[in-house]
Order: sequence, then C-alpha cells, then structure tokens
Amino acid sequence: MSAPSKDQLIDFIYEEARMLDEGRFSEWLDLWLPDGHYWMPLDYKQTDPHLVTSLLYEDMFMLKLRVERLNGARTFSQKPKSRCHHVIQRPFVDEMDEAEGTFVTNTSMHYVETRLDEQFMLALTATHSLKLVDGALRLANKRVDLLNSDAAFGNIQLLP
Amino acid sequence: MAPYQSPKLTVQDIAGMVQGHQVHRDVYTSEKVYRLEMRNLFTNTWVFVGHESQTPKKGDYYTTQIGDQPVIQVRHSDGEVKVLNNRCPHKGTKIAIDREGNTGKFFRCPYHAWSFKTDGCLLAIPLKKGYEDTGLHQTENVKGIKPVGAVYNHRGFIFARLAEEGIGFEEFFGDSLSSIDNMVDRSPEGRLEVAGPPLRYMHKCNWKMLVENQTDTCHPMVAHESSAGTAVKIWDELGNPEPRPPAMQIIAPFMSPYEFFEDMGIRTWPNGHGHTGVNMSIHSDYSAIPGYFEAMTQAYGEDRAKEILDENRHNTIYFPSIMVKGPIQQLRNFIPLGPNKTLVESYIYRLVGAPDELLSRTAMYNRMINAPTSIVGHDDLEMYERAQEGLMSNGLEWVNLQRLFEGNEDFSSEAVENGTTERQMRNQFDAWSRFMTSTMEGHAEAAE
Ligand SMILES: [Fe+2]
Repeated sequence: MSAPSKDQLIDFIYEEARMLDEGRFSEWLDLWLPDGHYWMPLDYKQTDPHLVTSLLYEDMFMLKLRVERLNGARTFSQKPKSRCHHVIQRPFVDEMDEAEGTFVTNTSMHYVETRLDEQFMLALTATHSLKLVDGALRLANKRVDLLNSDAAFGNIQLLP
Repeated sequence: MAPYQSPKLTVQDIAGMVQGHQVHRDVYTSEKVYRLEMRNLFTNTWVFVGHESQTPKKGDYYTTQIGDQPVIQVRHSDGEVKVLNNRCPHKGTKIAIDREGNTGKFFRCPYHAWSFKTDGCLLAIPLKKGYEDTGLHQTENVKGIKPVGAVYNHRGFIFARLAEEGIGFEEFFGDSLSSIDNMVDRSPEGRLEVAGPPLRYMHKCNWKMLVENQTDTCHPMVAHESSAGTAVKIWDELGNPEPRPPAMQIIAPFMSPYEFFEDMGIRTWPNGHGHTGVNMSIHSDYSAIPGYFEAMTQAYGEDRAKEILDENRHNTIYFPSIMVKGPIQQLRNFIPLGPNKTLVESYIYRLVGAPDELLSRTAMYNRMINAPTSIVGHDDLEMYERAQEGLMSNGLEWVNLQRLFEGNEDFSSEAVENGTTERQMRNQFDAWSRFMTSTMEGHAEAAE
C-alpha cells in the first residue's frame, strides 16, 4: 500500500475489532509497533498517563504477557475463558498525514465481555494512531476512553 | 401463623465463631454477621476516611463511607478537617452526592434549603416561623448535620470513630503508626498529596478475605503464577534484556520462593494491626531514582535518610479495613457493601519534594496490580469469588488459619515471626471478636 485511502483506514479498525472478538490475540499483537502503548484512562478526559493512575497503560511487554497469560495452564481466572464482542460505529478519520504516513481515527464502540453466567457492556471511544510502515498499516498507539471510566468494575479480562 | 423470626446473634455466638486456629464460615457469608459488623465493629474502631489533601481548601469536601455509613470529609472554616454524617437532619437527604467538590462557607440541603456550617451546625431554616412552639428546638435534628463520634488526623491521614465513646486513636493504633510515618517520611518535605482519583474495583466477596490476603504470603507464587510466572518466562525468552521491563520489577517478584517470604517476616501489633516485610520485601529491589536520595539526604541527613529508605515494609494492615504500602505510597481501602460485596479503592500519593519518577512508578504499580483490568487483580479476585461460593458448602463449616499456630496466642503485645505465619489473620480475628462484642448486649455477663 502507498498512501492508504480512508476506506482502508476504516477497514483496519474493523479488522482489529474482529481479531479481538475471535480471540486471534497473537495476530493482534503483530499489528503493533514495538514502542506502542495501549492506554485506558481512569479519569474522564485524562491527559497524563504517567503521574496519575490509569486502568491500563501497557507497553508491548505487558501486552504480550497479557495475551500469553490468557492461554496459561494455570490461569484460573480464564477457566473457563472469557469471550468478547465489539459493535463499532463507522470510524471518523480525524487525521491523515500522508507525508508522514500517520493517521488518527476515532471510533465509538459498545464492548461486551462474558464469562460463565456474567455479561457486562462498556460504551467507549477508541482513538487509534496508525502508521504506514513498509507498505502496511500498523498500530502506533491506542487509547480507549470508557464512558463510565470512573465507575467501579469487576474484572475486565479481555481488551475493549 | 406468625412469621418466622430469625434469632438474634448473641455475644456467645460471635465469640464462638472465632476459635484461634479456625473461624466459622458465617463470618464471611452471614447477613446477620455483616449487620453486626456495621453496627459494632465499624462503629467502635477507628476507620480510615481520606487524606487531608483531598480537601485542601476551606469548603472542600469529599464523600465516602465508614462501613455502610455515608459520610462527608470537609475542610471547615477554621482549617480543621471535619467528618459529618452525610444526611440532612430534616428528611435524611444526602447533603452531598458528588464524590468531591467545594461547598463554600456552608452546606445547603437541596431538598428544603436547610443550611449548615461546614462543621455541621445549623445555620438557617427557611420560613422558620412554621416551627414556632412546635418543640423543634428540643429535638436532635435542630442541631444540624451530626458529626461522627471522633476524628483524628495522623500526618494527613484522616480516621474517624463513629461511636462517641470508645478506644482512643493512639491506644487503638499504637506502634502500627510507624508504617504511615515511614511512608510520609519518604517525602523530603514530610508530606504526601493524593495523586488523582482511586482505582475502584468491585469484589463479589466478603471484605475480610481481602484484608487477610494482604498478609497471605503463601499465595503469590501459586495464584499469581499465571501472571508473574509468565512474565519471567517471556523475559527469559527475550534473552533477559536489561534494563528489565517495568513488569519484571513490579510483577515478577510475586514468583519469589517460599523461603523468600519466610525470611520477609511478619509483625503483629495489638488490635488487629500488622505487616509483612519486617526484614525486606518484594519492594526492596526497585531501581534507584536519580536525585531522590540526594533530596532525602539534604532534608534529613544521610543517616536518617538511609534509615527511612532501608525500611521496606510490604503490606501494613490498619485493622479493620485498610492496607498501606509505604515504599509504594499506596493505600487500599476495603469498603464493605454487604456480606459478599466489597468495593476496593486504591489510592496513590505523591511524595512532595521527590522526583516525578517515583510517582510514575507508584501509578504503574497501582494499575499493574490493583486495577479491574490488572492481570494480577484477576488472579486474586478469582480466588476470593471462588472462596465466597465454596463457603456456602455445608460439607465443612470451618475455615483454617493454622499455619505456624502455637496455641493460646497472646496478641496484646507486638510480635515478629516467620513471614509465612497466619498469625496476622488470627490477630485480626482476635480484634474482630473483641470490637464486635464490646458494645453488644450481654457483653458484661459473657465476660464474667
Ligand atoms: Fe494476590
């Protein structure tokens, strides 16, 4: 791919959600650039990931750990496994810098996670920063803002 | 036929649930026990409310709970922090429902505009002539928003006793305050500031399981193998790159062997307080942060600075319901919402005058270990919830607390023991039983 079209950017977001829903986590990890971070703020409109707590601010080591743990023989909180489901609205393409090869999308989603008899739903906005590297779109950073980020939650075990 | 009346629990019933080496499962599952805990235990003891930096300016308030009691922490016009029952004396409406805010010079109930000074005293009632000759002035309601029984600010940490009479703050906590002191002393200015809102994590289990888990040193290498063990495995596969990824500093030590936790040591203090990490702890091996030791030396002198930083206490329980991690500047508040429901709020604090990197590591610790999205948190919650469900089994009604039990333990003075002992759990139940029953009907007879 040279410069991606708006449609190609949008397809990327849909495909990423599908990977998570189908549990193709290793493939999902391969979308990431090595210095990327998955950020889920704790505070509404939080600006700083470092000096206040977030729900998640994970580097590739942590994301790899998270994914490998899901399949561990002694990962008791995943016996039985959780499943998840994203329903996404058509992403907005907020930034298209073709010269730099950097792109930003903004996507509203409903995320559902289930295990045993429990199921919960989160409404969220995902901000994806994408980068074109060697002709392929990669995930440079992802920020997930939960609508109710300040609420008390039980376990959120997969990735909204 | 008259409706079935469930019998009231007596002093003997409560005392009989705690037998030194074991406790009856009803302490975790019974609604009646939970009600008594709220009525007695959380009323007679000193319970954490908040940090003074959550309400720095006059009129600043913050709402929380002491047990099941809604309260407001507020900075009064004289600069003192007050703790008030969050209930209008008129109809019961909560005076404040947002988590924090500033009320100015007075609270005004949104329902009928009764207004109160920030120490709770009644200021005004609209159309007051309607109460002339009604006897309102003889009621308790006319005094205003009722403050809790007693409040104590220890180095910025606000504790309250709901009961008007009872054990004093210093007598209740004794030398256990050394853990809070060490945490505060780690600031070159001797001062902490809350850093952002707490993580809020809902647990479908009894609050005491969480408190016990804080000094349960035989679970990390088992329950957390999935996260800490996998972290070590990934790091090995990567060829052990240095500097170690943050997860290796923070999560991997959970895989330390039993001997490590034995050597860590456990100290118990009277009234249910205690801590792990007497000699060293999983927090001992964090990398040094440039500029911090220098700032500490400048503030305290080298010897004292070393003494403060050489203390690496792991988890300190302030009975009944908080845990403090001095080297991390974290406080976890276990708020009981029912026999099988607990809200855990995990706060972090900035060491005023220390480099930002420390707070950054603290925030990382909080989210890696104690968030609803944390893999380590998932490991723990799974165990608590399975226990809460398993305890419903009638096949066996007792929960065992016997590790390194020596029989006839005396908790009335400080003790230091092997780091894998369950003595601190037994210490908590000793205090539990005493503060549950001390104000119960029939306590005097039972004691004879
Ligand atoms: Fe644990």
